[in-house]
Amino acid sequence: MKITLFVNGEEREAPVQGPESLLFVLRERLGLLGAKDACLQGECGSCTVLLDGEPVCSCLVMAGDASGSDVRTVEGLGGEGELHPVQAAFVEHGAVQCGFCTPGFLMSTVHLLEHNPTPTADEIREALSGNICRCTGYGAVLRAVESLVGERRS
Amino acid sequence: MERPSGLEEALGALAANPEATLLAGGTDLMVEVNYHSRRPEHVIALRRVEELRQWEGTRLGAGVTFRRIEQGPVRALAQLARTVGSPQIRAAGTIGGNLGTASPAGDSHPFLAACDAHIELQSKRGTRTVLWNEFLVGVKRTSCADDELITAVILPDQLPPRQEFAKIGVRSAMVIATVSACVMVDDDGRARVALGAVGPTVLRARRAEEMINAESVKSEAALAEFGRLVSEEVKPITDHRSTEEYRRHAAGVLSRRLLERCLAA
Repeated sequence: MKITLFVNGEEREAPVQGPESLLFVLRERLGLLGAKDACLQGECGSCTVLLDGEPVCSCLVMAGDASGSDVRTVEGLGGEGELHPVQAAFVEHGAVQCGFCTPGFLMSTVHLLEHNPTPTADEIREALSGNICRCTGYGAVLRAVESLVGERRS
Repeated sequence: MERPSGLEEALGALAANPEATLLAGGTDLMVEVNYHSRRPEHVIALRRVEELRQWEGTRLGAGVTFRRIEQGPVRALAQLARTVGSPQIRAAGTIGGNLGTASPAGDSHPFLAACDAHIELQSKRGTRTVLWNEFLVGVKRTSCADDELITAVILPDQLPPRQEFAKIGVRSAMVIATVSACVMVDDDGRARVALGAVGPTVLRARRAEEMINAESVKSEAALAEFGRLVSEEVKPITDHRSTEEYRRHAAGVLSRRLLERCLAA
């Protein structure tokens, strides 16, 4: 079957076979390699995208069932040669080690801050609890997010 | 893949193809696809069925996500929803899916058992509602017929005002329950306790309930006996997640702790 997705504001068509996932379609059919292919069971969050505004593990979304939906991926953050403020904060605070989990963390953080501009420390941890960093770089990630919250508070 | 946008259309599709695989949030089915090479021939995707997403009073549509339940008004239901997977899983996963999968560790089950919820099933043949323990009949087994769709959870008109849920696992997110428990206390002081992940299906510890409900004063000794009876009544196994012994112990401790929280409320 053929599906239509609105990826980062752009209408894209892709062929889909059987039960393949949205993650597979993004990566293998549309060439968007930001969302990562890792655990494939919803544990790690490295494939997190915003599907109709909600953060989901794209590995657990059947692509056929996403047809007609809005999809925001890490590629849609920032502009030409320009970082999104969340990306800039991650760079600033060294919240990237190997970088594999980073797109997922970025999408979860973007969703959090768009819905709750001044989350508490607990709310930040809760919002990021579905994203795993195997380098264990959580401290820097939390400092990056907290820096954005601090700016908004002041 | 069929993507019905209304209930009648969904029931028609299922009647025409009772062997079809139903897709709700996908958080269980896609793990089967990704890990066990499951290739469902015919999928009926329910995400667009508006009727399933309705939550009005005591009628909780099967397609309501754990994200919405987490933000909803029912205390223990919100507590358990908060323990389901991660924000990403809660945004997709539905209560109907949690029932359809019928895992012994299903996070919503202790709540539904404690309040004696009914499950509404619809097909082209009609609608029936069954009590939770007539619906969950074994490990990953339900009494839902092939042409039936889980359409809603029906909560009792009066939910006990004091209700607490808790779950034990190796971390506080992304965890399948080692033991889960829900305790409710009615206005007249009667307690109910339901335990998950300690038997083929969720279970009520009826002897523990009877014992504590016969005690007008919930003394230290009575609370200890309540926990002991729960530990005795559960039917856990040893598997890769925990041991029978630990689960028995934890079921008793958790039940007593939740009862104390209810009584203090």
